[in-house]
Amino acid sequence: MKIEANNIRVRYGSEQVLNGITMSIKKNTVTAFIGPSGCGKSTFLRCFNRMNDLIETCKVEGELLIDDSDIYHPKVNINELRKSVGMVFQKPNPFPKSIFENVAYGLRINGVTNKKYIEEKVEWAIKQAALWEEVKDKLKKSAFALSGGQQQRLCIARALAVEPSILLMDEPASALDPISTTKIEELIYNLKSSYTIIIVTHNMQQATRTSDKTAFFYMGDLIEYDDTRTLFTNPKKQKTQNYITGRFG
Amino acid sequence: MTGQKQPKKTFESKGRTVYYQWQDKIFKYFALAATSIGLIVLVLLMYSILSNGLDRLDWNFITSLPSKRASKAGIYTAWAGTLWIMFLTTIIAFPIGVSAGIYLEEYSSRNRLANLIEINIANLAGVPSIIYGLLGLEVFARFLNLGASVLTGSLTLALLILPIIIVSTREAIKTVPYTLREASFALGASKWQTIWNQVLPASVPGIITGVILAISRAIGETAPLIVIGALTYVPFAPTSPMDEFTVMPIQIFNWVSRPQKAFADNAAAAIIVLLSITFIMNAIAVYLRHRSQKKVKW
Ligand SMILES: Nc1ncnc2c1ncn2[C@@H]1O[C@H](COP(=O)(O)OP(=O)(O)OP(=O)(O)O)[C@@H](O)[C@H]1O
Ligand SMILES: [Mg+2]
Repeated sequence: MKIEANNIRVRYGSEQVLNGITMSIKKNTVTAFIGPSGCGKSTFLRCFNRMNDLIETCKVEGELLIDDSDIYHPKVNINELRKSVGMVFQKPNPFPKSIFENVAYGLRINGVTNKKYIEEKVEWAIKQAALWEEVKDKLKKSAFALSGGQQQRLCIARALAVEPSILLMDEPASALDPISTTKIEELIYNLKSSYTIIIVTHNMQQATRTSDKTAFFYMGDLIEYDDTRTLFTNPKKQKTQNYITGRFG
Repeated sequence: MTGQKQPKKTFESKGRTVYYQWQDKIFKYFALAATSIGLIVLVLLMYSILSNGLDRLDWNFITSLPSKRASKAGIYTAWAGTLWIMFLTTIIAFPIGVSAGIYLEEYSSRNRLANLIEINIANLAGVPSIIYGLLGLEVFARFLNLGASVLTGSLTLALLILPIIIVSTREAIKTVPYTLREASFALGASKWQTIWNQVLPASVPGIITGVILAISRAIGETAPLIVIGALTYVPFAPTSPMDEFTVMPIQIFNWVSRPQKAFADNAAAAIIVLLSITFIMNAIAVYLRHRSQKKVKW
């Protein structure tokens, strides 16, 4: 499995925010997107599960291949696509339901009704998200009774329950405290063996700790894309150098 | 710290801050006065109605048919008519209003037609109810030949409260945060699944409140029903949607307009019953809202 973006251009109305991005991402790797605020990281990330389609003014051009099939092809069913490309948002956004129902939601909307199967799957997903020990006794409680960090892991569990092959994360730890952040990072590291993960982050250490490859964006362009270690220790472009040393952004 | 030391000069009120303090106080008393006036008027009204009507109110009054003699007259036909109207109006207006609200909020694209519809719905909510009566008379009573029936009355009142239901449905849906929909879509839910499983449950409390307010308005309406030809005197309570009917407000209106004191007391007693119906409905609204809020675990 692999992901290939060919000359992706994105406009909001008449404002062009991505000027042709080309990159390819390998299976079971963690890729970090970094760059100054407003450079288009989120916009690009949301191309992979076509969340941009929800914004009326947003127009995406170019070619985005997952396993050699173009996800912007008219024949693609957007709901099926989103089932295999999960997403975790910047702010934890659990549903106003119980912890259990939050994770079961993805299965239920897929028409799964087998109670036993749902229970097993929910437990499996929560375990994958390293949350089981903390919530196993209060699955019926509201998801809002959890801490921010727990809520975010619940959101990850919710995404995993539908068994996506790709997981998109838009600054998943930026609203969390350092301990929760560490937990999420460990989680990302462990999930790598079964998922292809793309993570947007403003935190350079986080990028170095979690990712195999890093892509640096600047004003709608992909400036540099390389092994994380290379990019941070030996950047080839001046702009990258300036950004990672904190000279702007 | 109990004021042993004088506060620093810089922390004391002066100039503008004094003015703002006064502003605060004045507004507080003004608001208090406004609230009290409303409450006092309400209490006086309740007192006058209860003192006049309570003696007259008994089981006979509720179960008796109307009569020319005040002491024998009852409100059976009137409240039966009101319940019929309430029931039919609700089952007509609720699904249409809520669906229209969902459509306008979730499906219609923002174009000029949508804006035009939107403005007109808001305007419709402000049209005097007697106009709806005229519409009902022409369209339902005459054109569709439904006569002065419960059905005509219900259809007319349904039209009257549709704008209220649509607007409150939309308002309720608007309060559902976008992040909730986003989360649902990101899991591969379709639009309808998202609306049905996330948006509606989260907005049910608001929708129910709106619907109950709308119905409360409907059962207080007199003018449009008089226009479509609802009678002040019907010998029997309606048994089907095609029957003639009267409703509580018409009965009350009729009694109040008579000179004899006995009829005025009847009117007061009937008002107590009408008020009770309204209170019960509001209680149901509060209960339903409470229950649906419990289901949605914010
Ligand atoms: N819904 C929208 N409508 C119009 N313009 C938008 C919209 N969302 C984003 N933009 C614009 O697109 C550009 C890129 O935004 P994007 O959210 O992708 O940036 P980002 O790199 O994720 O920034 P941040 O690090 O602050 O999250 C910005 O200039 C922004 O103003
Ligand atoms: Mg962003």
